[in-house]
Amino acid sequence: MTKTNDLAVKVASKPKKRKDKRSFKSWLASAVMCGPITIWSVLFIILPILLLAFMSFMTKGPLGRVVYKFTLDNYKEIFKPVYFTVIKQSVIIATWTTVLTVLMGYPLAAFIANVKKKTSGVLTVLLMLPLWVSGLVILYSFVIMLNKTGVINTVLMNLHIIDKPLNMLYNNFAVIVGMLYMFLPFAVLPMYSSIEKLDKGLIEASKDLGAGPVKTFFKVTLPLTAPGIFAAVILTFIPCIGYYMVTDMLGGGTNMMVGNLIHRQFTISRNWPFGAALAMVLAVVIFIMLFVYTKLGGDLDDLGA
Amino acid sequence: MSKTIVSLMNVEKWYGENHVVKNMNINIAEGEFLTLLGPSGCGKTTTLRMISGFELPSTGMIKVQGESVEKKEPYQRDVNTVFQNYALFSNMNVYDNVAYGLKVKKVPKAEIKERVTEMLKLVQLEGFGKRKITQMSGGQKQRVAIARALINRPKVLLLDEPLGALDLKLRKQMQIELKRLQKKLGITFVYVTHDQEEALTMSDRIAVINEGVLEQVDTPINIYQKPKTKFVAGFIGESNIMDAIVLQKESGKAVVGMEVGRGTVADADDKLAVNDPVAISVRPENMLFSKTPVEGFSLKGIVKEHIYVGNIVKMMITLNDGTEIRVNRFRSEDLAAVGTLLYLYWDLDKGVVIKEKSLVNTDSVRDIEGGNADDEDE
Repeated sequence: MTKTNDLAVKVASKPKKRKDKRSFKSWLASAVMCGPITIWSVLFIILPILLLAFMSFMTKGPLGRVVYKFTLDNYKEIFKPVYFTVIKQSVIIATWTTVLTVLMGYPLAAFIANVKKKTSGVLTVLLMLPLWVSGLVILYSFVIMLNKTGVINTVLMNLHIIDKPLNMLYNNFAVIVGMLYMFLPFAVLPMYSSIEKLDKGLIEASKDLGAGPVKTFFKVTLPLTAPGIFAAVILTFIPCIGYYMVTDMLGGGTNMMVGNLIHRQFTISRNWPFGAALAMVLAVVIFIMLFVYTKLGGDLDDLGA
Repeated sequence: MSKTIVSLMNVEKWYGENHVVKNMNINIAEGEFLTLLGPSGCGKTTTLRMISGFELPSTGMIKVQGESVEKKEPYQRDVNTVFQNYALFSNMNVYDNVAYGLKVKKVPKAEIKERVTEMLKLVQLEGFGKRKITQMSGGQKQRVAIARALINRPKVLLLDEPLGALDLKLRKQMQIELKRLQKKLGITFVYVTHDQEEALTMSDRIAVINEGVLEQVDTPINIYQKPKTKFVAGFIGESNIMDAIVLQKESGKAVVGMEVGRGTVADADDKLAVNDPVAISVRPENMLFSKTPVEGFSLKGIVKEHIYVGNIVKMMITLNDGTEIRVNRFRSEDLAAVGTLLYLYWDLDKGVVIKEKSLVNTDSVRDIEGGNADDEDE
């Protein structure tokens, strides 16, 4: 190399050095800020998932032990009719819950978004109130409410509206009612925030251009608040599929969902590899849903059509 | 002007205790460009929203084409609005935004296509139909908003500070374009702005509103040259406004006395009488000066400073009692040096007389406002 070239390299490397110094500082700053949560995530989220993935390829040993031998049997097992029924059941319950939650939640969200700021604050707190109570307590109170000798049946019997008690507990109805109660707040909040953010001028513009309230709702309000609705769907459907407490307590153990199935593999059945495989499949399905959601959320124009 | 298309009759608007529009009476002629001009919060936007139907008058009546619109929802009225922040539908592209008004009226598709294409051409957005709203600049969004509002062929187009978000250069360009568009289409434009220059540039008539009161409706020239109230004189352009009393009355003119001296004004219709309280408004470019006393005037002051504003020079002249008088001149040779003692005067017809009636009006308005404030304190 000639001398001039060396000089050029020197000149070029000088600002680079300075840049390195700065980038080290910013690296340090981000490490300090993001470090704790990163360590936490790695230890308690990423590692367990990897462990679960690893476990799902292992072989079930006698007496609930795990034999560390690679196999795909756990994944094959999932496609057996008995488990397929459970998955179908889960999807049906989760779909019903989601549809009902969104249908009931949207008007509520719209109402909260359109009242005075002060009132909407109070209503939001009221909406969140059930979350302060343990889920167990809530579900027990549902048992008391829906029981054959429960509050609702007793009242209806005493008023002579019905002759025999209604069968409201330990069936799909009870499960959906319980799920609805659990997930309504999570569904209302994202819908509320998207309705609240909607520029009221757009509604006025639509009316100004000759669209009545119904047309305005379907052509402007609904498409523009769709991200909130999708968020509500995601926030209801996903936890619903995996939530086993409601099915356990209100479904009477006869109506199993994927969540219950996984729960059982790790507790009663002591088949950890199969439980892990189920959990992995569920995780992948959820991941795909979230991926689709971000794609949809990122491109609103496609949603509006 | 031709026949009236919109009329506001004794329109009042209250928001709770707030009296935002006070006894508004305006007749808007067909094909006219009328501007509602006033400072922020004067009730001009509320007035516009009452015409479009988004607000209802507390009392009084609004007629469009001779028909009361009281019971008509916004979507039933033959008026369209260009909103302040465009209010374009971000879930639709440019074409669908413009086509919206036709689509909701179930116009056949072929006709929609034809009319939207034509409209986009009119606002110089040919070929932009497929663009997303987020890909458009401020000026382009403005054009889309105008096209969207015009697609229904409204009888009246309402514009609520449509150029407020644009930069100065673009705003000036759009002002001229809007004016041309209005002339070409022959549609009545009702335009809301707080920018007096914008109002003077574009309007056939200007309605000056202050604190909910319609102060004056007139052509830009008359608004500027013959302001009827002190507010109008002060709000549109610069003005030297002096309180005075009529001292002497002669045929066709009157001598008025101000705190710092006397002046003479024209009074062609002999409407003034001795002892009338008035205000005299003289535009800075109409204020004349001389180094020697002028007959009929006894105002004198000292030049305090020169301010150069590009093509004009502003001379600040302080009178005996401290009143500041502004004099604007184009050429520097007309100027008097700082420190010079000057005698001020004006051509008799350039001293605009604002009569007592309008003064009383503004005062009583202030009293009402004061009363309200007291109530709130309690």
